[in-house]
Amino acid sequence: MPKPIQSIERASAILRLLSGRTRRLSLAEVAGELGLPKGTVYGIMRTLLSVGFVEQDPESGKYRMGAALLHLGSSYLDGNELRTRALNWADWLAARTNESVRLGTLHDRQVLLVHHVFRPDNSPQVLEVGALLPMHATAMGKVLLAYHPYLTAELGNGTLPRFTNCTITDPKQLAIEIERVQEQGWASSAEELIEGETSFAAPIRDRQGVAVGAIAISGPTERLCDGDQPRSELVAFVREGARTISRDLGAVPW
Amino acid sequence: MNSYVAAIDQGTSSSRCLVFDHQGRIVSLSQKEHEQIFPRPGWVEHDPREILRNVVEVVHGALDSGGLDVRDLVAVGIANQRETTVVWDPHTGDPVQNAIVWQDTRTDALCRKLAAEHGQDRFRERCGLPLATYFSGPKVSWLLDSAPDLRQRAEDGDLLFGTMDSWLVWNLTGRHVTDVTNASRTMLMNLTTLDWDDTLLDAIGVPRAMLPEIQSSSKIYGEAGDSLGGVPIAAALGDQQAALFGQTCFSAGEAKCTYGTGSFLLLNTGERPVLSGHGLLTTVGSKIGDEPATYALEGSIAVTGALVQWFRDKVGLIGSAPEVETLARTVDDNGGIYFVPAFSGLFAPHWRGDARGVIAGLTGYVTKGHLARAVLEATAWQTREVVDAMNADSGIEMTSLKADGGMTANNLLMQFLADVLGVPVVRPNVAETVSLGAAYAAGLAVGFWPDVESLRENWHKAAEWVPNMDQDARDRGYRKWKKAVQRTLDWVDDDD
Repeated sequence: MPKPIQSIERASAILRLLSGRTRRLSLAEVAGELGLPKGTVYGIMRTLLSVGFVEQDPESGKYRMGAALLHLGSSYLDGNELRTRALNWADWLAARTNESVRLGTLHDRQVLLVHHVFRPDNSPQVLEVGALLPMHATAMGKVLLAYHPYLTAELGNGTLPRFTNCTITDPKQLAIEIERVQEQGWASSAEELIEGETSFAAPIRDRQGVAVGAIAISGPTERLCDGDQPRSELVAFVREGARTISRDLGAVPW
Repeated sequence: MNSYVAAIDQGTSSSRCLVFDHQGRIVSLSQKEHEQIFPRPGWVEHDPREILRNVVEVVHGALDSGGLDVRDLVAVGIANQRETTVVWDPHTGDPVQNAIVWQDTRTDALCRKLAAEHGQDRFRERCGLPLATYFSGPKVSWLLDSAPDLRQRAEDGDLLFGTMDSWLVWNLTGRHVTDVTNASRTMLMNLTTLDWDDTLLDAIGVPRAMLPEIQSSSKIYGEAGDSLGGVPIAAALGDQQAALFGQTCFSAGEAKCTYGTGSFLLLNTGERPVLSGHGLLTTVGSKIGDEPATYALEGSIAVTGALVQWFRDKVGLIGSAPEVETLARTVDDNGGIYFVPAFSGLFAPHWRGDARGVIAGLTGYVTKGHLARAVLEATAWQTREVVDAMNADSGIEMTSLKADGGMTANNLLMQFLADVLGVPVVRPNVAETVSLGAAYAAGLAVGFWPDVESLRENWHKAAEWVPNMDQDARDRGYRKWKKAVQRTLDWVDDDD
């Protein structure tokens, strides 16, 4: 086996260090933590910056993980932060559509529910925050697949788990569906996870345009659809909510 | 109906404007932070002119982002940070100095002197409040003594006093008024007559000539000038009273807790003021038009969200406030530590200005994750103390807690709160209850809504956290918390 390449080892150590921190680190801090000369770290950092794997804060000059790493399968926008920033507009979406609202992020090839707003009718409902949902059978999952194309391949070539008669279990058929989602900018799940339940989702994007999450409404098919057609005003509200949250994420973090 | 109500939420850290529709749904929002001025340790000031500029700017900002015009508004309501004190010259419109903010402790010596001269009880039975640096009256008196000739000018009517509501309404409409909820935070108003009290004015040293006229919380005070296109200014409430109103707690026995910089639990006690035997404040809840005022018991907690901000800005273990939850979730419990954030003494139910913060139970085992957890748990345990006091004063056991405010986005906190209270915690669909309450009061004044009962239909549950902690663990944790609180007391010495 050939000898490991030292600069790649060091670059990996830098990325691992940055990924484990919730705050930005200065060059001196990174060098100190890794026991490397500042000059060495600087050289590697310049390269990582140029490929977008790290980002530098223009004011403080400190570093953190870069957006390009998101495309490699992990998300750096904290789910708790996403919930906080989306709180008002998730409420808004529930109030507009009279349906329950969920926010999801990517987690280990599944959708992690980071926020849930009850359907505003004061009926008994249970908070589902923290639940993991399958990507291929949910509207949120399809949106996240559409904006992270490499993930579709990772779901494999085998038959996907079936939840209802409507679940898309053939990866080829799923790929066609994902292409459609990419074109139209939103996704639906027509009774593909739970019998009788339909869901519409749209992407939440950060300032780099990366889809850091998805927002969805869910409810009985007869309320969300006219016949088998999604009610366009509901889809429009979901997309407007997603756009508003995305716009807020583009602002300077508080 | 194609018209809207706007609410101005003039808060401690920012000014916001939210526009609501007839169903009480948010249509648009704009906000702007203002500078926190710290001239000395314990002193906190705001520039009233900056706040006025920001308020006008956010109203236009909210209208713009909703594609609306001032003419689409039927009224504007104001909810404001309470107790923060402005004194200005009515001839020039200029404040004589920066506003003294509610958190400011410069009147500590004055309050101790007043307590020694008159006794605590004499104030409390008239105004419902204990002597504390928190309230406006001593702040005005301090300010008038801070430079020669100010007191004389005030007596001659050449200086005006107001809390933020008065300052804004005076600038927008030219009327020098305040609402009864804001007046109830000055220590200068008699709770029974709802008018300025000469005994209190004499004792604290505030000339009557500088005081605004006390009015209802919901009525048309006047029409705004050109800056806001003549829209009626039709409500003013202290922010916490506005939140009580926005949560539709219109009847005796209904309560809410708002989680922000500090946290404030208010219980509607109906048309009669209830004096607390357990360290709560008696305050006015609201007064709608010519109807009788409703009163409330209040448990004020000075530092809750502010502790998370401190953890972010001063300790630097997190980059943003929501990340405290992420860090807290790296561990399963608090590792045996309790964090009592008595940064400016303890408010309800202790009212101890001599207390300072402690982290109790530290061992070598403790990690930053445990610290983050203790930071969040502090908010829940402080709520538990206030809920216990509320239950004791009212004789009614609380069966669920209506929570609102920014910290309700913190899921770990909300679950832990349900755990330590042993009752469900519910969040309404509009977390912005402060603004919603001001909008409701303004809308009622102009007939946009017929009555308060019609507003109840707008309240919807958005989330519910159910207790999931056994009684033993709850009792053990509370016992430790109380021991930690004991360790904060008697820290400040006279020569500090």
